[in-house]
Amino acid sequence: MGFAGESPIFGPLLLSAQLALVTTILLLIIGMPLAWWLSQTQSRFKPVAQAIVAMPIVLPPTVLGFYLLILLGPNGAIGSWWVQVTGSALTFSFLGLVIASCVYSLPFAVQPLQSAFEALPRQTLEFARTQGASKIDAFFSVAVPMSRRGFVGAAVLSFAHTLGEFGVVLMVGGNIPGETRVISIAIYDSVETLDFSSAHQMSLLLLAFAFVVLLSMFVINRRWSLR
Amino acid sequence: MTEQAASFKGDTTIALRHVLRRDNFELNVDVRIPASGITGLFGESGSGKTTLLRCIAGLEAGMAHDRRPVHLRGIGYVFQEPQLFPHLDVRSNIEYGRRRSTARQVDRDQVVEMLGLTDLLDRSPDGLSGGEAQRVAIASVLLRSPRLILMDEPLASLDQRRKDELLPYLDRLHDELSIPIIYVSHSIDEVSRLCDHLLLIDAGKIVASGELHAVLSRLDVPLLSGANAGCVVDARPQRYDKQFNLSELAFSGGVLSVPGRYELRETTVRLRIAAQDVSLCLSRPDGTTILNIIEATIDDVRTINSSSTLVRLAAGSDFLLALVTRRSAARLDLKPGDRVFAQVKSVTVKR
Repeated sequence: MGFAGESPIFGPLLLSAQLALVTTILLLIIGMPLAWWLSQTQSRFKPVAQAIVAMPIVLPPTVLGFYLLILLGPNGAIGSWWVQVTGSALTFSFLGLVIASCVYSLPFAVQPLQSAFEALPRQTLEFARTQGASKIDAFFSVAVPMSRRGFVGAAVLSFAHTLGEFGVVLMVGGNIPGETRVISIAIYDSVETLDFSSAHQMSLLLLAFAFVVLLSMFVINRRWSLR
Repeated sequence: MTEQAASFKGDTTIALRHVLRRDNFELNVDVRIPASGITGLFGESGSGKTTLLRCIAGLEAGMAHDRRPVHLRGIGYVFQEPQLFPHLDVRSNIEYGRRRSTARQVDRDQVVEMLGLTDLLDRSPDGLSGGEAQRVAIASVLLRSPRLILMDEPLASLDQRRKDELLPYLDRLHDELSIPIIYVSHSIDEVSRLCDHLLLIDAGKIVASGELHAVLSRLDVPLLSGANAGCVVDARPQRYDKQFNLSELAFSGGVLSVPGRYELRETTVRLRIAAQDVSLCLSRPDGTTILNIIEATIDDVRTINSSSTLVRLAAGSDFLLALVTRRSAARLDLKPGDRVFAQVKSVTVKR
């Protein structure tokens, strides 16, 4: 990522895209079993799990960032272990940002998936089972394809939400060009230094991107529901 | 708490043993059914029909005896609402179970032809009518080559026209395949038409089980009194009267005239005679509009409520039932052994 620091706009943009992409992929992988469990369980711990997953929506990003900084820092539980194993710190690194983003955007992946799974007709899955599919088989061959709208929603929201994060990144990642200087930080920086022209360009880019992504999501959903 | 097993000992019978306790319901079933033909499971809403099917399929949690998971039981399930996979076309839908099964007793092309699906294979399930969708679901289940098929009121969500359209397919299923079927219904008409064997369920318990004709002629089952009371007889077409469009069908106890033409090549026709459509005379009635008068011997008489009496008549080797008022039964002093003339007001042809 060394070259990324050279251009004031391109570098942060690329870094943001990379961060959002990696986070989205990880969140779909983590979110899928978690959302499935939440949609199927009758455990009395379900409300507790739901509350924990939803917390990042309510908490100020600075609070989340503060705790993550403590946890991931060289003296924190995870951070100190990471330093022992790899010799480098998690905070103020791209990997640290990925972990923080996964926590921060978790509800945006889990909730669309969970509602999609909950909307599945129970008998259709039972039918798959009586047709010879194991639980895992029925999940991947029936539940997942029938919930594709949920997956699109989860991917779009995770990606967009990660792209727009600011507070958590600032707390955990700081502002290191090419490593943690994502586009939202770069915009803030430009404004601080009165470089309104760069701020304009980057903001407009994000604005257009957000619109195009949301528009295509709604168009896809409309197509699928009309089929 | 449940305890259950559907075991297939030998090849002639299937044992169903299922116990399930819930807050205000207990299912307790221990019965054997033939491992061939269609067994009707008849009972009122809430009697436990669906719960029993779900236990047999393994869809009710917490079982104690049969610990095999649902997908390894080899039991096919046709739900009341056809459960098709919306993301797959009809072809892939009917292949779904087949690809997951090692058994290949059922021929794909035969099933597709038998259920009339040839022109539907490339369609999406979304565009199918209720009857078409149910045929696709039935084909999917058949192609999985199950050892037993459970059908939970597969016609209940269809209107009469669709029902009439699907019923002949179910007849063919019965005639052309050797897979045993348990067919749940709360319609005595459907059961009479399709089944060979009958289980009656009430409040989670099997109250009668046996060959269809035998169970239907029982007087001691409250479930089969009133409008549900009636017998089936299998008759053979004999003659067609073109002038009045009537066919004469012979059964062991006599000849019945039915509207319509029945070809001689149809070996037997199943007729249902509802008990409320049969009245009794001590002498051969004269000057009546009733066409069908069968001479019979009273076999059993049973009072079923304060005003009605159910009479079983032996006619040849078949039974007929007559629902009469208690007052008439008393006035005519009806008792077993009496010779009577049964006036049959209407006969429904079942197949």
